[in-house]
Amino acid sequence: MSILVIAEHNNKSLKASTFNTIKAASEIDKDIDVLVCGFNNDDVVTAASKTEGVSKVLEVNDRVIEHQLAEQVSQLIVNLSKNYSHVLAPSTTFGKNLMPRAAAILDMSQISDISAVVSPDTFVRPIYAGNAIATVQSSDKIKFITVRPTSFESVEPSGGNASIEKISYNLNDVKTKFVKRQESETERPELGNAKIIISGGRGLESAENFKLLNEIADKLNAAIGASRAAVDAGYIGNEYQVGQTGKMVAPELYIAVGISGAIQHLAGMKESKIIVAINKDEEAPIFGIADYGLKADLFEALPEISKELDLLNDIAK
Amino acid sequence: MKILVAVKRVIDYNVQIRVKADNSGIETDNVKMSMNPPDENAVEEAIKLKTSGVVSEVVVVSIGLEKSQDTIRSAMAMGADRGILVKTDQMLDPLAVAKTLKAIVEKENPDMVLLGKQAIDYDCNQTGQMLSALLDWPQGCFVSRLGVKDQTITISREIDEGLEELEIQLPAVVTCDLRLNEPRFASLPNIMKAKKKPLDIISIDNLSVDTNSRVKYIKVEEPPVRKGGAMVADAKELIQKLKYEAKVI
Ligand SMILES: Cc1cc2nc3c(=O)[nH]c(=O)nc-3n(C[C@H](O)[C@H](O)[C@H](O)COP(=O)(O)OP(=O)(O)OC[C@H]3O[C@@H](n4cnc5c(N)ncnc54)[C@H](O)[C@@H]3O)c2cc1C
Repeated sequence: MSILVIAEHNNKSLKASTFNTIKAASEIDKDIDVLVCGFNNDDVVTAASKTEGVSKVLEVNDRVIEHQLAEQVSQLIVNLSKNYSHVLAPSTTFGKNLMPRAAAILDMSQISDISAVVSPDTFVRPIYAGNAIATVQSSDKIKFITVRPTSFESVEPSGGNASIEKISYNLNDVKTKFVKRQESETERPELGNAKIIISGGRGLESAENFKLLNEIADKLNAAIGASRAAVDAGYIGNEYQVGQTGKMVAPELYIAVGISGAIQHLAGMKESKIIVAINKDEEAPIFGIADYGLKADLFEALPEISKELDLLNDIAK
Repeated sequence: MKILVAVKRVIDYNVQIRVKADNSGIETDNVKMSMNPPDENAVEEAIKLKTSGVVSEVVVVSIGLEKSQDTIRSAMAMGADRGILVKTDQMLDPLAVAKTLKAIVEKENPDMVLLGKQAIDYDCNQTGQMLSALLDWPQGCFVSRLGVKDQTITISREIDEGLEELEIQLPAVVTCDLRLNEPRFASLPNIMKAKKKPLDIISIDNLSVDTNSRVKYIKVEEPPVRKGGAMVADAKELIQKLKYEAKVI
């Protein structure tokens, strides 16, 4: 058996999800190659070669594939796949977009969003927004798998010494043209692997009020998250949405502010180690899964929390 | 221009699902079923394009039990012109669904296929991408904005980092996010009208597609329950507990 992991990166650095995916791969077999395709991606190739557990880095560095369109990356995967028993990618929008395409070209099915490896052909995956946990077995020759990053630890970004191989390829023209990307610029930790997340819901009432979360996020070095309702209402961008149809997160601490706790939201955060809920309605379902519930008006509670955090810091000094 | 929209009948998103006692799957008997939510966005988008004159026909297809006719009728009540049910009692892998849809595309020759980005039952998020691969068409996935001009569409797709804009040549497959539009409610007269719209029923056996399952669901279990419910009195107690009890700040 040998495994091909598709690296997620932005041509500058590897995304944290890649390290979790390599970890999942290592639970299947120790023979792991990593495909890094993009443009001006030397730093990524180097980083991948130093990553714990990687045997070989397959490199494609070409302007044509700078934006890693699904139609292109899937061609590369198809060409490489005959050497592998498994192909893995993170179940982020990156992996979700291209893996089923590659699998289908090869007449293979895909196992989406696995949360555990049972054996090389058997995996665990949440279904129904995490309200049921399925164990599934694949009879495909090549197993295409997307990995839920929060369900696996990260491998060490150092200590590896993989060889680097520039692969030859021949990409067919595609009928998709990249126009632009609009990415949120933030100094805060990445939502997908932050240690602390503070998320806001419809209870914040406006984009202006949503900024109340910033002050606390700054003090805790936390990432900001949101419910779908908050994103739909335009308080904040779609990249902040946590839940069944957004991002899966599992921080040490998740603080839900003005979020009711719909199952679709819980699907994305209930694996968090500690959950705090701040809500003025004591019947809100979010309290049912919270380790610490605070029944309060958030507009009063947030300034108080901010003040208490200052007091803690003063003591520490 | 013609659009094919694929819709799936799933357990309604408001229902608290139950795992079967023998761990063979999810209880669906006597449970409220509805159209998969992002499929409603796909139907809505197609109808909007028809209203604006870009599209001349909207055909809805569903693959599943006899009962999936209800889902197709709902789409026709929203405004789709006609429906196709590919009948099967088997639970299909997304790959088999994609193969079946491909067979329908080859019969119907649409310029665009619209689907929801994921079905909220098995949360696979595969079918649209697989269909576009099998057709060798381009794909636009997780779309929250769609513009059509001649034989090109411009889409915004929701990605983890924000938004990505692509220009795609038709024919193409587009998978829809819930933010693409606000699905309309069908009016009573339109529900009545939908009952008279044509709905073809085809048996999956007549399409000669390989529907063998490659992924077997060995068992389905309840997730571990999370114990919560503890309350704190105020912000001070909360911060103290987070610092000295949970030790997470
Ligand atoms: C197919 C599908 C997929 C979905 N996917 C997702 C998803 O990925 N992520 C997601 O989050 N949702 C998702 N949803 C939506 C989900 O069902 C809920 O509608 C949504 O999570 C509600 O967001 P909310 O809790 O912010 O808003 P609400 O449910 O409106 O809750 C607002 C809460 O704020 C509290 N509040 C109001 N004012 C104050 C105040 N001053 N102080 C304190 N508390 C206050 C209220 O008591 C209430 O509990 C999905 C829905 C569907 C159908």
